[in-house]
Amino acid sequence: MSSEAKSEWPLWEVFVRSKAGLDHKHCGSLHAPDAKAAVQLAREVYTRRQEGTSIWVVRSDQIVASDPGDKDMYFDPMADKVYRHPTFYELPESVNHM
Amino acid sequence: MTTPTLTSFAAPRGGAQGPSGSCAGPASASIALKPNEDARYVLRLADTCLIWSHRLAEWCGHAPVLEEDIALANHALDLLGQSRALLTHAGRLEGQGFDEDQLAYLRDERDFINVTLAELPNGATAGGRGDFAFTVLRNFVLSSWALLMWQHLAASRDAELAAIAGKAVKEARYHREHAADWVIRLGDGTEDSALRMQAALERLWPYTNELFDSDAVDRAAADSGLGPAWATLREAWLADVQDVLAQATLPMPPKSAYRSDAKRGMHTEHMGRLLAEMQVLQRNHPGGRW
Repeated sequence: MSSEAKSEWPLWEVFVRSKAGLDHKHCGSLHAPDAKAAVQLAREVYTRRQEGTSIWVVRSDQIVASDPGDKDMYFDPMADKVYRHPTFYELPESVNHM
Repeated sequence: MTTPTLTSFAAPRGGAQGPSGSCAGPASASIALKPNEDARYVLRLADTCLIWSHRLAEWCGHAPVLEEDIALANHALDLLGQSRALLTHAGRLEGQGFDEDQLAYLRDERDFINVTLAELPNGATAGGRGDFAFTVLRNFVLSSWALLMWQHLAASRDAELAAIAGKAVKEARYHREHAADWVIRLGDGTEDSALRMQAALERLWPYTNELFDSDAVDRAAADSGLGPAWATLREAWLADVQDVLAQATLPMPPKSAYRSDAKRGMHTEHMGRLLAEMQVLQRNHPGGRW
């Protein structure tokens, strides 16, 4: 890595919880010098149109991701397991509106 | 604060000349204000927000990093929103029926009464770009002052001013914190950043006297319960500034006897150019709309 690249601010992933939503959803990434600045800049970049009520940030290099090359073996075997969905039960009327 | 739409900057005025987009006709003449003391008090705040906003907007597309570019533009838009509410209110207090656009675009330099600190240029470094150190320091000292001002104004006897303050105080708290973090980060950063911050601080410091220099206008406001006498904010402001500069490892500049006077209409040589740019469209295309 060149010295120029090292002097760049680290990358952060930004998660925002919208007004209506329950979960923090990933909405993008940004560069920031430290964690506090990352939260502030996430506020500036990703919530300026009332998109959020709460922000999480995490250093991108701290995220461990599945390998795209493993996609076939990881996820394809689930394609034909419809019985794993709870759609075969008949529910009594009274719980329809639970 | 929502982003204002472009049309809201150029709402048609009574008797506006010609249809949309017309560029015929003479340039707009200046309006002449006869502000009473209440109007003058509110106008000082309105103009400070407006001119400070304009300086911050000059960073748009030029800030050191993309994220901070957006942050500075957001800050500028918050200030613009505050100034619009204050200008509208000042127009009502003044009594001749001028609206926010007329007050912003059709006044002459001498009738603007912002504090000098707001109109100083962003500063120029060797490459001709703005000086980010000066900008974050100005943002810090002014937003620390503005936060105190809004906190006091939230208890104004003037219900409209109190309502504007109630909304603005949240914005100012964020502006102050964001700017203070930058002052600390750069003051206590590298050798180069510390030197630049020190130079910017020394340049800016003499202009802070004007923020606490009381006169008949704000004494009248204090007496009537409109808002605080500016001098009374000094102690709390200085405590905040001393605290942040200490964290930034920046030495306090020595006390200065300098008195700038833009809030009484005596501007620096930079104000004319700023107004020329800010007003050119409405001056040349009266009532023009997007």
